[in-house]
Amino acid sequence: MTVVERREIALVDLLDRLLAGGVVVTGDITLRIADVDLVRIDLNALISSVNEQVPSPWGELT
Amino acid sequence: MTGLRYVYAVCRPFRSALQAQLSGVAGAPPKQLTHHGLIAVVSTVPEADFAEEPLRAHLEDLDWLTATARAHQQVIDALTVVTTPLPLRLATVFRDDSGVRSMMEAREEDFRRVLDRLEGRVEWGVKVYAETERAGPTERAGLTEPAETGGGPEPKAVSGRDYLRRRRMQTQAREDVWHRAAAFAGRLHETLSSFAEESRLHAPQNSALSRASGQNVFNAAYLVPRADSEEFVELVDQAKDDAPGIRVELTGPWAAYSFTGEFAEEEPDEPEVGP
Repeated sequence: MTVVERREIALVDLLDRLLAGGVVVTGDITLRIADVDLVRIDLNALISSVNEQVPSPWGELT
Repeated sequence: MTGLRYVYAVCRPFRSALQAQLSGVAGAPPKQLTHHGLIAVVSTVPEADFAEEPLRAHLEDLDWLTATARAHQQVIDALTVVTTPLPLRLATVFRDDSGVRSMMEAREEDFRRVLDRLEGRVEWGVKVYAETERAGPTERAGLTEPAETGGGPEPKAVSGRDYLRRRRMQTQAREDVWHRAAAFAGRLHETLSSFAEESRLHAPQNSALSRASGQNVFNAAYLVPRADSEEFVELVDQAKDDAPGIRVELTGPWAAYSFTGEFAEEEPDEPEVGP
């Protein structure tokens, strides 16, 4: 197979499947999916806020 | 200390052994728990990390989530080599073996049905990106020719009109690439979905999260018989050739994560019928 990219799987690709796919069975401790989705949204917010801070050269001023 | 049970997947009994050094999400080796001819692949995880409260906190910790997701995937990958696993969602945790058994008892019929459906099939991921930032610098060359040739020896800064024109052309170029990428993705999806047995569209990925260059305009998963995978990969490869400014990314083969949906309680209404 002339497979294109064989590098390490990107975290987002993994999360697309592990948090949005896979069979949902209710374990006795499993978080509800709604909770996990919330986690995902939080992560998005977290990462984009981190990225927004990077290009700003004025952050250091006090 | 007893620990909790983390369940990775359910599958049919398989002959070959799993890799010897395979370790699960908390480092413990996964083991097989048989119930009525089905196998749950589980490993023991510490209560201090996987009970509801700590788990909730951990899931917001990107490093922890990354390590856990990778370890989960490693076990699923190892299973994919020897059988067709039915992967469970990340962080499915039970108190003990008997909790796992009663879950299997309750869902036995569903498991068998979906396992039959997925047998011998794998999932491929295909994403299309518009390489928007490439449009910028190449435009420049044509624009440096100033509209007016008069003036003194000092080259003046670009006029407001030129600046606006340049901006407009850059924006246009970006939009152009985006539209072409979207149209390209539509055609590609048509080709791939008629080859694959099933397909699912995922939401396009946020580029801040993926750190990939370009803008993700299309993100899909395809269910393909393992035996036809080579042909599927070739189809994707061919499509990549005639697409300047557009990048196609292929991932896989994955266990059929995106195709466990028939398992859901509610019937998803599938509009696509027919041969």
